[in-house]
Amino acid sequence: MSLSATLPLPDTAPARKKRRRTAGTRGPWTYTVAGIAILAVLLFPLYWMLNVSLQPAGSAASTSWFPFALSFDGYSTAIADQGGNLMTSLLVSLGSVVLSLLIAAPAAYALAHFKVRGAGIVLFGILISQMIPGIVVANALYSAYNDLGLLNSIPGLILADSSAGIPFGILIMRSFMGSIPPSLTEAARMDGAGPIRAFFFIILPISRNALITAGMFTFLFTWGDFLFALTLTTNAEVRPITLGLYQYIGTYVSDWSTVMATAVLSSLPAVVLLVLAQRYIAAGVTGGAVK
Amino acid sequence: MADTRQRAGGATSAARPAGPEVEVEDRRPRRTWSRERLLQLGFLVPAVVYMLLFFGYPVVQNALMGFQEYTTRTFVTGEAPWVGLENYREVIGSSVFSKAALNTVLFTVGSIAGQFVLGLAIALFFRKRFPLGGLLRSLLLLPWLIPLIAASAVWRWILDKDTGVLNQVLGGLGITDSNPGWLTSTSLALVTVIAINIWIGIPFNTTILYGGLQDIPEDLYEAAALDGATRWRAFRYVTWPLLRPVVTVVLVLGVVYTLKALDIILGLTEGGPANSTQTIATQSYNLSFQQFDFGQGAAAGNILIVVSLVFAVLYLRANRRALDE
Repeated sequence: MSLSATLPLPDTAPARKKRRRTAGTRGPWTYTVAGIAILAVLLFPLYWMLNVSLQPAGSAASTSWFPFALSFDGYSTAIADQGGNLMTSLLVSLGSVVLSLLIAAPAAYALAHFKVRGAGIVLFGILISQMIPGIVVANALYSAYNDLGLLNSIPGLILADSSAGIPFGILIMRSFMGSIPPSLTEAARMDGAGPIRAFFFIILPISRNALITAGMFTFLFTWGDFLFALTLTTNAEVRPITLGLYQYIGTYVSDWSTVMATAVLSSLPAVVLLVLAQRYIAAGVTGGAVK
Repeated sequence: MADTRQRAGGATSAARPAGPEVEVEDRRPRRTWSRERLLQLGFLVPAVVYMLLFFGYPVVQNALMGFQEYTTRTFVTGEAPWVGLENYREVIGSSVFSKAALNTVLFTVGSIAGQFVLGLAIALFFRKRFPLGGLLRSLLLLPWLIPLIAASAVWRWILDKDTGVLNQVLGGLGITDSNPGWLTSTSLALVTVIAINIWIGIPFNTTILYGGLQDIPEDLYEAAALDGATRWRAFRYVTWPLLRPVVTVVLVLGVVYTLKALDIILGLTEGGPANSTQTIATQSYNLSFQQFDFGQGAAAGNILIVVSLVFAVLYLRANRRALDE
């Protein structure tokens, strides 16, 4: 615990206190009102999603601006139809978080602290991998999965979906772990601890925030994945919620309150994460892209 | 400890087919030096293997498939005859391709320009400190965090030609007398899809640019103000030059992500109506997974990779510069 206090805060750490410009001659609440107006415009679709989901199914003529005629029919239909798909998404996302952290955290540490030959090439490969279109990966994986029997399987989706989380996790955790002074592990090494012990008992506990950020984003990437769900699953047995929603749009359009209820349910993890881990999110967006 | 010994033992036992005793004796002096090295490599190996399997293999496999007649029959017979450049001829020669290529450019340039300008404007706005500013700024992230397919579902409903709320409001205000088919008219669909993609990209742009703005020292603005600089001149001579490395990264990343964007177009229009929102990425998807001509799908995908690689080079240069500074 005390260790982390002595560490210099790495760039991905959210709390950077700097003097900011204060509002000018206009009162500060003017800016608040303007900010709320900007938000209202940008978040209107999300409000509309919620609003429609809470109204009885029917023609749009009956869609009012507020859900006065409150109805949860959309949700009960959505849960009856898509509950299994939600569970599939949950399983795949949690599996992908575990797999991504298991693979990415040691790699990030190695890239940040060991002078391994070829580390530069690995890093280069990771950056390049971000440019490869998902459709190219799906195209090749489809035939390979077909041969290996991985189509329509949860492990198959976990493996494919981790292709977003693993490179991202390595980049984020590497920039964090790079700011941990080597002297911390050197002391442990003097006492005879191997690199594995040093990693588990010193590096990982200190890097908790980076692990949370990487894990959270992996969850969101996987939860929102549509392309692999669309291409690597062909029957209803293993079907993530994104694909369930897509099929709703294609077939069910007469019942928008159910479609919107499903959309709300599929967005819940994002909302929950935003509330619980707001400070990690901004750090993750900047850390993954710029550092 | 037990774990490390097992791994080191496993490595040697795999390497020696016969005479184990002698081999181990031979290696002992070197092993103490290389054991550490092996352990260190062990940290990296799973990631390297994964990256090779899920990025390296697909790229190589697609390069090969681009030259093969790879269809559903291949899955049965296992045969994928070589056809040289035939797939590329077919893809590029098809009437869809020129449309898709143009749409890819328009979609990418339009999305990036809109996302960046609006993202920067909002980032500059939130630079001011005011009550609830932090809360509003974090709420701004929501559209970026929800699944793209959920976003396209709600937009489809809002923009529905006859019953969508947008047309109802426009009609009620007397702005339009006929209901425009935002996603169903060939002349409007691409513009609409670009506008929605701008909406999706704003939070990302705002967040990164805001981060960049935070790194500009306040003293510079105070100095500029003392010199009597107007707000525009302060932006032109202080903000913009100092923000430029971040701007480069945002723009290049935006291009790379937008080039390969697929979810939002499939969710909104599936490339229609009449290919008016077809891009190279959606064309690749259609060829592979609708027409089951994986060879042609791979060819289209490879064209996309080449375009992305140009930007990849730009990205790496920008990234290095950002890292250096």
